[in-house]
Amino acid sequence: MKTVIIKYNAGNVQSVMYALDRLGASYLLTDDEAEIRSADKVIFPGVGEASTAMAYLREKGLDKLIPTLKQPVLGTCVGMQLMCRHSEENDTNCMGIFDIDVRRFPSQPGFKVPHTGWNSIHSLSGPLTEGLPEQAYVYFVHSYGADVCAETTAVCEYVRPFSAMLQKDNFYAAQFHAEISGNVGQRILENFLKL
Amino acid sequence: MLTKRIIPCLDIKDGRTVKGTNFINLRDAGDPVELGAIYARQGADELVFLDITATVDERKTLIDLVRNVAHAVNIPFTVGGGISSKADVSALLNAGADKVSINSSAVRNPDLINELALEFGSQCVVVAIDTRYVDGEHIVHTHGGRKPTELRTLAWAKEVENRGAGEILLTSMDTDGTKAGFALELTAQVSGAANIPVIASGGAGSMDHFVDVFTTGKADAGLAASIFHFKEIDIPALKGYLQTKGIEMRMTL
Repeated sequence: MKTVIIKYNAGNVQSVMYALDRLGASYLLTDDEAEIRSADKVIFPGVGEASTAMAYLREKGLDKLIPTLKQPVLGTCVGMQLMCRHSEENDTNCMGIFDIDVRRFPSQPGFKVPHTGWNSIHSLSGPLTEGLPEQAYVYFVHSYGADVCAETTAVCEYVRPFSAMLQKDNFYAAQFHAEISGNVGQRILENFLKL
Repeated sequence: MLTKRIIPCLDIKDGRTVKGTNFINLRDAGDPVELGAIYARQGADELVFLDITATVDERKTLIDLVRNVAHAVNIPFTVGGGISSKADVSALLNAGADKVSINSSAVRNPDLINELALEFGSQCVVVAIDTRYVDGEHIVHTHGGRKPTELRTLAWAKEVENRGAGEILLTSMDTDGTKAGFALELTAQVSGAANIPVIASGGAGSMDHFVDVFTTGKADAGLAASIFHFKEIDIPALKGYLQTKGIEMRMTL
């Protein structure tokens, strides 16, 4: 099986690579269109700022390529946000794979922003959370979140309910960092690789 | 609900844990990778590795260690000690660290916080603040708490947040090593003033000290070293106890 991690200026993808190593999965880090198209699974990571990341995707033509992929694609963190319609972070138009916008968490007493740490997810559906209990804990670090919508497959509560996971056809996404989310995250990655 | 976090801290010298541990089931008592993996399995929410003698020669040992830890654990971990440049941070993140912790170098050159946040994102920039109560004021100290600075702790905490730090690791040198409890009032002040998570450190000696630091102290995470290493407090038991006190904890699979 060929798993590709899409390479762009998305900060630290090392932890994703180590997580795949722990699962014994081989992978290729690349931004080459032919390599990405021929992969069995595509992981689209993301750490950093939305408009910079989107600009880089456009420069490489990846913003056109990613929405046309037919194999299972998993976007994580900012990767997930870039798969939504629009992000409030520097008013960024994103790829629009998921029919939902990304909004900043308002600063409120008792809710520090960024939302940092372990939080539980519920209303689980879809193949990636198979075998996981409701209220499983995963690790988040983010200041922006997609609202809950028809494509939501896991919900998390922080200031407001938001989409912890989304799915539409072959596109999957997680706002949290599955790669460092303990055994729960490991199971989600395993489930993705098994698709 | 967002949980409070329990963080064991491992002091590292020449790639080995120091201060010793009491883990009889450890093949190699000084192996930080093995110890870190055990803590991760026990339900630690994060790990902190502090390189206490980070000289230039030792950086390579540290990088190798970070790589091995990243292979072995599936929870976030922070590396601190002797970090003073973007190049240092880049090397640690590339080796697999999730966050870095800076201390003296941030005091010496506060712009470093801005530079790191811009380059790598706030999420990986932890600013460690060592503080001591001197003549009625909380004063930031460097060099392991030995050297006082001009900085007031509360003002410095707000400054590091404004400069882009993602978290604050607050160590009270007054309570550190005493096992008499965390510096609750100061921790609550810093946590109340900062809109970023505060990891409280220094003074943990009992499970109730963790209850106190999460309630009265308003901390987001509690860090300790020797009480975990010497098994005076067992992490699963601690998390279970905190849960019974109504404090949200991550229960592992």
